[in-house]
Amino acid sequence: MEKLTEKTFEEALARLEQIIGELENGELSLDESLKLFEEGIALSRHCNLKLDEAQGKVELLLELKDGVVKTEGFRLEEE
Amino acid sequence: MPEILTVSQLTFQIKQRLENDQTLQQVWVSGEISNFTLHSSGHMYFTLKDQTARLRAVMFKRENQWLQFKPYNGLEVLVFGRISVYQKNGEYQLYVELMEAAGLGSLYLAFEQLKNRLAQEGLFAPERKKKIPRLPQKIGVITSPTGAAVQDIIRILRRRHPRVEILVIPAQVQGESAPGSLVAALKMAGEIKELDLVIIGRGGGSAEELWAFNDEDVVRAIAACPHPVISGVGHETDFTITDLVADLRAPTPSGAAELSVPEISEVRNRIRLSAHNLKALFSRICARKRAQLDPLALRPVLQHPDRFVLVRRQQLDETKEELRRRMKSILDDQGNNLGKKMERLNALSPLAVLNRGYSICHREDDGKLVRNAQDVIPGERVAITLRHGQLHAKVVI
Repeated sequence: MEKLTEKTFEEALARLEQIIGELENGELSLDESLKLFEEGIALSRHCNLKLDEAQGKVELLLELKDGVVKTEGFRLEEE
Repeated sequence: MPEILTVSQLTFQIKQRLENDQTLQQVWVSGEISNFTLHSSGHMYFTLKDQTARLRAVMFKRENQWLQFKPYNGLEVLVFGRISVYQKNGEYQLYVELMEAAGLGSLYLAFEQLKNRLAQEGLFAPERKKKIPRLPQKIGVITSPTGAAVQDIIRILRRRHPRVEILVIPAQVQGESAPGSLVAALKMAGEIKELDLVIIGRGGGSAEELWAFNDEDVVRAIAACPHPVISGVGHETDFTITDLVADLRAPTPSGAAELSVPEISEVRNRIRLSAHNLKALFSRICARKRAQLDPLALRPVLQHPDRFVLVRRQQLDETKEELRRRMKSILDDQGNNLGKKMERLNALSPLAVLNRGYSICHREDDGKLVRNAQDVIPGERVAITLRHGQLHAKVVI
């Protein structure tokens, strides 16, 4: 199993839903079910954590040269 | 004698007459195109006709290169040009400088033609559409950095999902340089690997102002973009070829922002639901496994484990009893045996002999048994053991 922290939110959520699908199939041994269950609980925590991460940046692209991105903070109008 | 003209002279005079008539030198004509030919030189030759007349026409490459649509037979057009004579054939014809499609108009026609051509190429095919990620982490926004649209997009993205990162990739969205600018922005977006999604769009405007989004190069650049692209061009009623080629079409720039990210609360609900399902499923699995276990638990051996022990205990007791019995018989046998041996031993005992009235004689000085008369000499002292007591005697003879 891939390390949880390296999973993007997308991957984690997809894996969680896959696990639910596998459990729904119900052809697994108790040991396997338990393993998937534990992984699923860890994934749902991981997803929640990802959602709680700090606010995303808003930037303006100034230049892209040889794969190097140059940006500055984008000015947002007052809401 | 009347003046005799050559064909060329006469034709030239006619040509000059026509060219001197100002009304024929700046004329708008409407008609239907027929016999259309696009020569390899790039010039267009055709006939304009209506129900009762025909007019030869030519549109040179110098003029037709600006045409947004491709003329075809049967198309009703409005053309502007001048009448002159093609002397070689002796034909007067219309030299066309401008051409507009009648009816729905040139822009519409250009739109339809490009749309059909790209559709035939398969550029809008559903299987080409990239999947929009459910929760993009970084979104590129290709639009004018100064318009209202970019502010709307950012505001909505952040309201729905505060965590998302936004990179505004500035581009001109109207005017002659807009297509090139949009293409360049799309290429840059494609090179930025971290982007999960690209929004391309602009706020509302006239058909001409939105025209860059119908540009073939822009449309192809969207198709070539490695990231999924959501379009949001103009208002709900505006439809551009960008919308057709995009992986997802939103009616407006704001709409594009809404389709890009889910509401964070919805996502949280989904995760909660998933976790709930997970727990429910697992406990169902546990219950099912338990159900498999229950019939086993009803088996007598598990229901009354003591019975099992009792049987064994009984066997044990019996075995012990058997053991005791055997031991006893062995001991008894041995006892009998011993009695017989004792009797035999007894029979052999010298005491038994003494009982019968015999006596035993020893030399007194060394205690040696006297078996023969020669074992002693006269005068030697001997001890004679009887059944009861001992005699001390001296050998006489």
